[in-house]
Amino acid sequence: MDKTKNKIDLTLSCPRPLEPGDRVLLAHGGGGKLMNSLIETVFRPAFSNPILNQNHDSSVMTVNGVRLAFTTDSYVVHPPFFPGGDIGDLAVNGTVNDLSMSGSRPLYLSAGFILEEGFPMESLKRVVQSMSRAAAVAKVQFVTGDTKVVDKGKGDGIFINTAGIGVIEHALTIGPKSVQPGDVLLVNGDLGRHGIAVMAVREGLEFQTTIESDTAPLSTLVQDLLSNGIRAHCLRDLTRGGLASALNEIAESARVTIAIDESQIPVREDVRGACEILGFDPLYVANEGRLVAFVDKDDAERALALMNQNPHGAGSAVIGSVTKETGPLVTMKNRIGVSRIVDMLSGEQLPRIC
Amino acid sequence: MKYLDEYRDEKGVRQLVQELHRITTKPWTIMEICGGQTHSIVKYGLDELIPKNLTLVHGPGCPVCVTPLELIDKAVQIASRPEVIFCSFGDMLRVPGSKYDLFAVKARGGDVRIVYSPMDAVKVAEQNPMKQVVFFAVGFETTAPANAMAAYQARERGLDNFSILVSHVLVPPAMEALLSSPDNKVQGFLAAGHVCTVMGFTEYVPIARKYKVPIVVTGFEPLDIIQGILMCVKQLEEGRFEVENQYARSVREKGNVPAQELIRQVFQVVPRRWRGLGEIPQSGLGLRAEFKELDAERRFGLADFSVEEPAECMAGAVLRGVKKPRECAAFGTRCTPERPLGAPMVSSEGACAAYFRYKGVEAKKHG
Repeated sequence: MDKTKNKIDLTLSCPRPLEPGDRVLLAHGGGGKLMNSLIETVFRPAFSNPILNQNHDSSVMTVNGVRLAFTTDSYVVHPPFFPGGDIGDLAVNGTVNDLSMSGSRPLYLSAGFILEEGFPMESLKRVVQSMSRAAAVAKVQFVTGDTKVVDKGKGDGIFINTAGIGVIEHALTIGPKSVQPGDVLLVNGDLGRHGIAVMAVREGLEFQTTIESDTAPLSTLVQDLLSNGIRAHCLRDLTRGGLASALNEIAESARVTIAIDESQIPVREDVRGACEILGFDPLYVANEGRLVAFVDKDDAERALALMNQNPHGAGSAVIGSVTKETGPLVTMKNRIGVSRIVDMLSGEQLPRIC
Repeated sequence: MKYLDEYRDEKGVRQLVQELHRITTKPWTIMEICGGQTHSIVKYGLDELIPKNLTLVHGPGCPVCVTPLELIDKAVQIASRPEVIFCSFGDMLRVPGSKYDLFAVKARGGDVRIVYSPMDAVKVAEQNPMKQVVFFAVGFETTAPANAMAAYQARERGLDNFSILVSHVLVPPAMEALLSSPDNKVQGFLAAGHVCTVMGFTEYVPIARKYKVPIVVTGFEPLDIIQGILMCVKQLEEGRFEVENQYARSVREKGNVPAQELIRQVFQVVPRRWRGLGEIPQSGLGLRAEFKELDAERRFGLADFSVEEPAECMAGAVLRGVKKPRECAAFGTRCTPERPLGAPMVSSEGACAAYFRYKGVEAKKHG
């Protein structure tokens, strides 16, 4: 840690970690720079160990010769029901996807419910039904759970935490540190639908749209790649902070330069339109069923074909490559052919004035 | 996407860039007024495509950036009150006041809400009759009609729990202030297309004549901006100083007349302080006497409250176009979007933030 710190202080392009400030702000949970600062200055110093420091969506550990992946995630989406899904779908798919990003086959989940007094029982049943359906699709089982109820006004209806275990049945080390120059980047479909679908029903910002969340389990898609011998070096699901934040995190961990091409990044017309109106950049908008795969360049074509055959990979595309072993930097060639830096946001994107 | 992709077309941009290189014989300095244009220029790297002897300077047209510290502090004070629901456009929440921003007020228990339209704030007031609902009415002529409509509707509906904190600013007086400043370097302007959509462009004609500067009403897409620059350089090279309209698909000479009438009905022209520029006479909009009861400053007893700007930040020089963001010693080090010293680093339209996001700190080193 100390060595890295010294280096960071000397490099202009890499300012020292932000101080987290005296209060927790919403942006500390936004998946951007402030959240990184919270992790690096508060959580990591207290919990640091080699497994945690893999810095991946799910941690990989070996128990009696079996490689397992383990992860946890909490779901606080508001409102709990949105076009194309609900908090229950997310709670399953999100954790299944985190497990899948280490190339594991997800097996078992836990569910922790924090319910606010007065939350409609009908809504709770709907959420639980969604969880049950999503678990069946992803071929995972809930094997343990917990329920707490808090006083009215001390929660937001429903919060869910899920943790999950998966088993790794391949010999690859999938994670940011395995990324190499030459690697080709693929995404499994159009970006930004989940974030816009939720935004459209959020209080104060309601607008009419037919955009539905892209929430989906990505376990079968990942298994399709790995069982066909695709050398996947890193997989990352594109949740909060979107593609741009994920690529920045990976570039940072792998110390590489990643170059993407705007014209190759699939974004649906209606999502682009909503982003134009709100002043958002789709690269930073959240997804819940999308991943970026860094694969060996010789496997890229085959990986693209395999992804396109999977029901959750229709519309997959090659969007760029790892260009240099020096970094961290993410650049994008825009539609008029000029390259620019793609930075990490400090918090959530905010709708602009005009 | 229709009506957008045509204006982001590489071939079209390259053709105009070629033409621009052909006609440019002397060094010229052109200011784009609007922060949205600055953002496009930096995002699309247009400043790298134009001839080396053309200098683009980034004007004061970002409402977030020019809202004075004093108003932010007033907003923070009002939003901190337990009886208040404070509604604002999203990007005002991160603007630092003397002590806190509105996000910090929220973290301390204040009810601060992001709205997309001022009419949503009126709705919040209707739904919460026991609360005082305050809307932060900032912006240029572009947002003035919608904000005026909110005030008008609140009065029509008899909502006595709704008020607005007004910090409206006007473009032409700011241009005059820049042009009459002794360190002015600007020789031509790209006027802000959306402001002119509302106001038209007749009020720019006397400015172009008096200061002998070409003014081209310009849109926001790459092709718009390159064409605006081309039209402006053409005038400069030919020694003309006229008002021309590049953004004809949106802007009419007289603008949106009903919107202007609504503005006049609710607001009157007042002197206004600008962050980084100081007070400019006749450069803002305030509520008319008939709407005074909707004035949040009066309602919450803040009319006489005043705060001085910190000397550390050179936002003023950036907003006047005298300096570029990367000429600031604090840029990217002591001043970043997470810990902004001044407003241009905060808003996604601010010149400093645009440089930081799209060019990185490296740009500073390479000049």
